[in-house]
Amino acid sequence: MRLTCPLCGERDRREFYYQGEAVALHRPAPDAGEDAWEAYLHLRENPAGLRRDLWHHEAGCGAWLVVTRNTSTHEVLDVVMAQDERAGA
Amino acid sequence: MRIEGKGLVDRTRKLRFQFDGVGHNAFAGDTVASALLAKGQRIVARSFKYHRPRGIMTAGSEEPNALVTIGQGAAQEPNVRATVQEIYDGLKVHSQNAWPSLGFDVLEVNDFASPFLGAGFYYKTFMWPRSFWERLYEPVIRRAAGLGALSGQSVEERYEKAYAFCDLLVVGAGPAGLMAALTAGRAGADVILCEQDSVLGGRLHAEDFKVDAQSGSDWAMAAAAELAGMSNVRIMTHTSVTGAYDQGTFGALERWPGAPHAGSPRETFWRIAARRCVLAAGALERQIAFANNDRPGIMTASAVRSYLHRFGVAAGTRVAVFGNNDDAHRTARDLDAAGVEVVGLVDTREDAPRAQGDFPVFAGAVVENTRGRRGLKEVMVNAGGRIRRLEADCLAVSGGWNPTVHLTCHMNGKPVWREDIASFVPQDGAVPGLIAAGACAGDFSTLACLKAGAEAAQAVLKDIGMKPKAADVPDAEESPYRIRPYWSVPGHDRAWLDFQNDVTVKDIALAARENFRSVEHMKRYTTQGMAPDQGKNSNVAALAVLADVTGRGIPETGTTTFRPPFTPVSIAAMGAGAQGMGFAPRRLTTSHAASVARGAPMIEAGLWYRPSYFPAPGESTWLEACNREVTMVRSAVGICDVSTLGKIDIQGPDAAAFLDFVYTNTFSTLKPGRVRYGLMLREDGHVMDDGTTARLGDTHFVMTTTTAAAGAVMRHLEFVHQGLRPDWDVRFTSVTEQWAQFAVAGPKSRDLLNGLLDQPLTDADWPFMACGPVQVAGVAGRLFRISFSGEHAYEVAVPARYGASLFAVLVARAEQMGGGAYGMEALNVLRIEKGHITHAEIHSATTAFDVGFARMVSAKKDCVGKTMAARPGLMDETRQQLVGLKPVDATGMLTAGAHIFERGAAARRVNDQGYVTSVAHSPTLGHSIGLGFLARGPARHGETVRVVDAVRGSELLATVCAPVFYDPEGGRVRG
Repeated sequence: MRLTCPLCGERDRREFYYQGEAVALHRPAPDAGEDAWEAYLHLRENPAGLRRDLWHHEAGCGAWLVVTRNTSTHEVLDVVMAQDERAGA
Repeated sequence: MRIEGKGLVDRTRKLRFQFDGVGHNAFAGDTVASALLAKGQRIVARSFKYHRPRGIMTAGSEEPNALVTIGQGAAQEPNVRATVQEIYDGLKVHSQNAWPSLGFDVLEVNDFASPFLGAGFYYKTFMWPRSFWERLYEPVIRRAAGLGALSGQSVEERYEKAYAFCDLLVVGAGPAGLMAALTAGRAGADVILCEQDSVLGGRLHAEDFKVDAQSGSDWAMAAAAELAGMSNVRIMTHTSVTGAYDQGTFGALERWPGAPHAGSPRETFWRIAARRCVLAAGALERQIAFANNDRPGIMTASAVRSYLHRFGVAAGTRVAVFGNNDDAHRTARDLDAAGVEVVGLVDTREDAPRAQGDFPVFAGAVVENTRGRRGLKEVMVNAGGRIRRLEADCLAVSGGWNPTVHLTCHMNGKPVWREDIASFVPQDGAVPGLIAAGACAGDFSTLACLKAGAEAAQAVLKDIGMKPKAADVPDAEESPYRIRPYWSVPGHDRAWLDFQNDVTVKDIALAARENFRSVEHMKRYTTQGMAPDQGKNSNVAALAVLADVTGRGIPETGTTTFRPPFTPVSIAAMGAGAQGMGFAPRRLTTSHAASVARGAPMIEAGLWYRPSYFPAPGESTWLEACNREVTMVRSAVGICDVSTLGKIDIQGPDAAAFLDFVYTNTFSTLKPGRVRYGLMLREDGHVMDDGTTARLGDTHFVMTTTTAAAGAVMRHLEFVHQGLRPDWDVRFTSVTEQWAQFAVAGPKSRDLLNGLLDQPLTDADWPFMACGPVQVAGVAGRLFRISFSGEHAYEVAVPARYGASLFAVLVARAEQMGGGAYGMEALNVLRIEKGHITHAEIHSATTAFDVGFARMVSAKKDCVGKTMAARPGLMDETRQQLVGLKPVDATGMLTAGAHIFERGAAARRVNDQGYVTSVAHSPTLGHSIGLGFLARGPARHGETVRVVDAVRGSELLATVCAPVFYDPEGGRVRG
């Protein structure tokens, strides 16, 4: 598997650390309530198809990335910087 | 038998090798199989289950029968295909799965018991008693069944892993692959051409075709020479592409073909990242199932031609040919032309072509059975109901060709059935960026392969933005294939489908009768297509038989999944370099050499190595050394390398705000020149890590993490910044390796440092938890007045290049003052005496509340983990919380991992109230002490509890106490 880091270019997946769904970028406010926090921390989709995950280019530039890929076809559709996603959110 | 004037072997270069201890001659260019065939060796192996005598069946990596062991001792390599292994001088080859010998194998009795040994026999028979499964049945079955044996010794030979990149990976160097590589290479693309064989050319060396005016073999040699001259083309022979993976990644195994050689790894496992791939893997000829079709001497027709044309070997002296397509005729014609006697050509087709030589053709006929237990003697032909017996020692069978679609199935691609060639071909786009070309895509003539290779390369070049030149495809043979599918000749005797796993037509029928009708179920029930073979020879024929007995069509029945690797890859190659010290990187501190020189046993701490203790003369146990080192720190001064703790340099205008967010407590109020202990939570409210963070300036902090969590904390900080608060202006740099840091601990620590620092330390300038820059013997360093031991202590840091010399100076000075170096054992005892927690306590399931730090979670600000840590269940008084433990009987020894029960309660799970996390013998207090978690622990100080270690089988009574055993007021640390 290969991922294209927006800063470093195409790299082998061994350079990356996998974290899980990109939901983690959207931290609820402290008073958002139990349901919001439970969803944020524990509830995850397990789709056969598109999903957005966080990957850390740990053995590269250190950037946290949001990778959109298809779990059925293994296609990687998009890689963006997590900080850009937050800035746009 | 050799045929003069034929073949590519170099008859001027004679080589010697041994087979089962007997010496043989061979020529350079021979494989073990061709050399054995030339000698007339018929039995080369015994079959997997029935121990039937087996001979060589194919001339390639798909060989199911002729598996042999090469080498001896640690270098012994089992299950090597004799058809692939090249001969080198001194090669020692051994047969497998036969005892006492190939010719007489005791377990041949299995073959006579075969009526009882059909598919599912083991599942049905060895069911009870249950206690016999592991002790009796499994060892016996494993001994009887099987392949070659491993040596059981560590590999001494070198294996390697390697990486390569290219525009175009061409898999296979037959006509299609050569043409693809030539086309892409001439256009300037970076090409890797992988060929599992020793030479490029594929079947061009195995037929007598012409390409343009040359022989096919000469054309291939010329193409190989042209490719070898291109700097942008890398040719990898002896390299089999074993798997196709995501985003153009391919696995490939390169074998060193010759005698073991110090400079060359035995095998190299390659990961190739290719922008595009042309699969030109060719096709494998299939058998037709008929009774006793596994006798030595029965081969694929294409293999018979390979041995004739490439190796100059006649596979028999009287050869019969059986087929359902025109390749059977090609075989008979070639043999006849070479002067080998062809006793008859049996063609299943009524409209078979006429004989192209001096041999009889039986049209509309089948081979019904054979005779010759230790080698084929007679072939029984049924021609329109009339049985003809042909005396023959070789039978060449052509049941048609199966395109080698394997790689296109590795990413879930399902091959597509093509009725006209009665075969599966790759599904388009099954592997993104891969184009199948030539025989593996169902084009079987040489001209079609050459064209397809050129076209595939041109498509790739256009796709990657390069300009292809006009293709220059040579003229070549374009004969029609003309196949009429014929899978299995009806009959009563066993007819083999999967030779490697000993699966017959009857087994498939039995599976279907017992309702294992899905092809995947049938495979698992019968073992057809499993193991090294992966169904290369048998898959299509087996599912054709299954389709027949279940009354379905072949496409409807479908294929089983071809999985990587295409050919076996040894674990030694995949794990190359990971043996022994290669298993994990070793991180060494600057004091490593000095510690080892002092005789300190080094223990692993993550990837780091740290000294366990520093033995002194006269000490015979680690405990003696540990006790001395603890007492030394408490009474004088000790030196300990603490460089392995993670050090993260944090800078930026928002650094203080950031630390307030990642730590439970407040850092924005910390003054420059001061250090504070911090507690870090995960977002789910449990403790992640702890450590001290020093404020060196308004916008500059240095965080320390535990040794174990340094990487995880760094990742966490980056995530919190980039993922949650990218608006904050702050940056992180790991400086763990850049600073060597030593604890100088004990009542004499200040005296020790004062002789070393350019400015003496005073209590006024350097109170507890002060930090700042210092000059250490003229070197710019940092000093932190922090203590893990509970004594008046400092940590002094210098750039790593000064670490070794600073350690030497510190230890020398300490020894002059009645102190010295101390190791991990003493460090641990000191911290348990002080009740300091480590990852034994913050083990990922404990909260700030549990470890007694609930008040460290600031109410005035948000922080990571705060919301969830406040859940009622995580703040409940009944939770197990940190306590100290000391044995009621002072000679008792607490053990870590023991569980805690009320005094008098039965030691059962329902009564479990907690557990012990850390223990030590405290030389300061003179008895064993421990830390642990106990339900309602803080309210139970003074209570006597039962501590039971079920693993070690010990128990004792202990008194619950506060977790700080030594100097609870902290006077020593401040004094």
